[in-house]
Amino acid sequence: MTEREKILGRIREALTLSAPMPGKHHSPAAHSSVNGHAVASASDWLPLVGEAFESQITTFRTCSTELKTDFQLFDSHEHLTSKLQEISRAESWQQIASHGGNLALPAAESLGLPILRTDSPYDVVALEKCDVGITECDALVAQTGSVLVTSRSAGGRALSVLPPHHVVIARREQLLADLPSAFALLQKKYASNYPSFISFITGPSRTGDIERILVLGAHGPKKLTVLCF
Amino acid sequence: MSAASQFKEEAHEITRDLRHRQLIQTALGKYEIKRDEKKAAFQDWQAARQAAAETKWDAINHLDTYLQEFATKLEARGTKVHWASTAPQARDIILNIIREKKARTIVKSKAMTAEEIHLNDALEKSGFEVVESDLGEFIVQLRHEPPYHIVFPAMHLTRGDISELFARELGSAPTDSPEELTMIARRALRNKYVTADVGITGANFAIAETGMISITENEGNARLTAALPKTMISLLGIEKVLPKMEDLALFLPMLATAGAGQTITGYNSLYGGPRQPGESDGPDEFHVVLLDNRRTELLADAEQRDALHCIRCGACLNVCPIFRNVGGHTYGTTYSGPIGSVITPHLRGLQDWKHLSSASSLCGACTEACPVKIDLHHHLLHNRRNSATEKPNRLEKLGLKLFAFVVNHPAFYSLAKKMGRLMQPLHALVKGTRIDPAYGWTQSRDLPTMPRQSFKDWWRTRP
Ligand code: SF4
Repeated sequence: MTEREKILGRIREALTLSAPMPGKHHSPAAHSSVNGHAVASASDWLPLVGEAFESQITTFRTCSTELKTDFQLFDSHEHLTSKLQEISRAESWQQIASHGGNLALPAAESLGLPILRTDSPYDVVALEKCDVGITECDALVAQTGSVLVTSRSAGGRALSVLPPHHVVIARREQLLADLPSAFALLQKKYASNYPSFISFITGPSRTGDIERILVLGAHGPKKLTVLCF
Repeated sequence: MSAASQFKEEAHEITRDLRHRQLIQTALGKYEIKRDEKKAAFQDWQAARQAAAETKWDAINHLDTYLQEFATKLEARGTKVHWASTAPQARDIILNIIREKKARTIVKSKAMTAEEIHLNDALEKSGFEVVESDLGEFIVQLRHEPPYHIVFPAMHLTRGDISELFARELGSAPTDSPEELTMIARRALRNKYVTADVGITGANFAIAETGMISITENEGNARLTAALPKTMISLLGIEKVLPKMEDLALFLPMLATAGAGQTITGYNSLYGGPRQPGESDGPDEFHVVLLDNRRTELLADAEQRDALHCIRCGACLNVCPIFRNVGGHTYGTTYSGPIGSVITPHLRGLQDWKHLSSASSLCGACTEACPVKIDLHHHLLHNRRNSATEKPNRLEKLGLKLFAFVVNHPAFYSLAKKMGRLMQPLHALVKGTRIDPAYGWTQSRDLPTMPRQSFKDWWRTRP
């Protein structure tokens, strides 16, 4: 017998005795969810998000401020690009990294700097030396201020975490209300063949491991900028 | 020394350590404020808890089906899934992969299961260099200590302690800025990611539906560990399963809120395989090691099975008056606090670890805090009952029999009362000393003076 069979055998044996459903002994009001599956109504329990675009943008902005994400909204891709150029000058970027996408790449190219592309195999040491990683995303989540990326939408696994600054370029239409809608999107978009990496990025890299004091840039990016148009 | 006497001795010492107490109170005080704020943002926290508990119930009570689905889905996309019944088996599986890869350096992100099987020791003894990449874990690794808390490993240290440690171990200049200290660690670790051959991670959830593991972290170290080395190994307990990916919509914010007072943790990442065709980076090989290590024994205890619903958020530790006084190391276990006291007897033997179930005020704060509604404080009582049934304490039984006899016989009872009243003044002579028969009780407590007239006497003589 393999270990797999042994473990599964022990589990089956253990499960011949049934366990009480949770919340039935000591809590009076048990809100029961349909067939044990929560998420149909998770939107009703999670923090409230408005329905209108304006209110969702406000929620995303409030979360960003709290998380120390630099979030900016533009009325055109040109305005966004000129902001990117301004940041590039202010931080004197020398080396940048990006991936082929019709939002990220043109913006990156407008900076006139050498670009390391990570959509095909690349040199990790070179990526580590880049000042910024410019990526696209799958969605922005208003409820939590998160940026949803995958290895397919954001140039692989490392581009959005290795360089010290991560810039996300997004369209307004990509803003979603809450986490359940983000998972619904993933399912719709990828269910037949998921990317091997999916991540909800919420703020720049952070730690509170020293006296519970917040420090940004623990291992990943010290800065997260979300430019949306 | 037995685990019980060691616990007693260390608890006795540390509860008098005012510096420790202050450090923990300040850290947890900050946590409480944020947690309350984030909990209040939920439209219905109690309904969310109930739904989370039911989802975990479904997962654990159909564990065989979900685990197979999880493994099959992972394997279909090129992941190698390993099954380990015991800790030595899990260590061997991991060591073999590493040997086969002829690896030299290994980066590791935080994994309590790795602590549970003492993975670092095993790797180091076999001559491999393992670097903990989570800042807190990196700090306690440099101190050759186990993590103090399952979520905040270095919570017991001040910036001064850490500065001294870094100066001694890394040769850095002393500083009292948490920011600079973090940057020292960042610099020390950056190079390791780029050069490491193998990355080891844990997992917070295992999604059956899609065959993915989910890792929650704030620092990005797990993401780097899963992106750069050529081989990735993830070690997880078999209880980590969730049926559907969309369940995370509830579990990710609940884990963050209950555990750290965040709306959602900085990075919540899903990994469904090694680098896939058309992808530019990620490991060539992805190994998932599923660990039993007596979890199936806990599963067989239907009464306490819900302890396997635990998502290791740490909330029950944070609110526990015992944890807050004795701290994490005193437990001498991988999992401390209420959940540790409940499961350690199952994982490591009831008679050796039953004392933890008595280290409780039974206030129920843990049960109240638990996002998946595990009946923690009742399970502490269940453990006490089980240990007494398994190995009765004869002296205690005799004492209770005697007591029952006395209270059931009015003549003896009133005699005992009279004796008590007469003898009590003499108690002052021995009170709190070793010859005091009630020493365990009276060393830190006063017995109220027995009244001249009992209620019964008063009732009889009332006008
Ligand atoms: S028992 Fe509940 S509160 Fe304690 S760590 Fe587990 S999930 Fe969190």
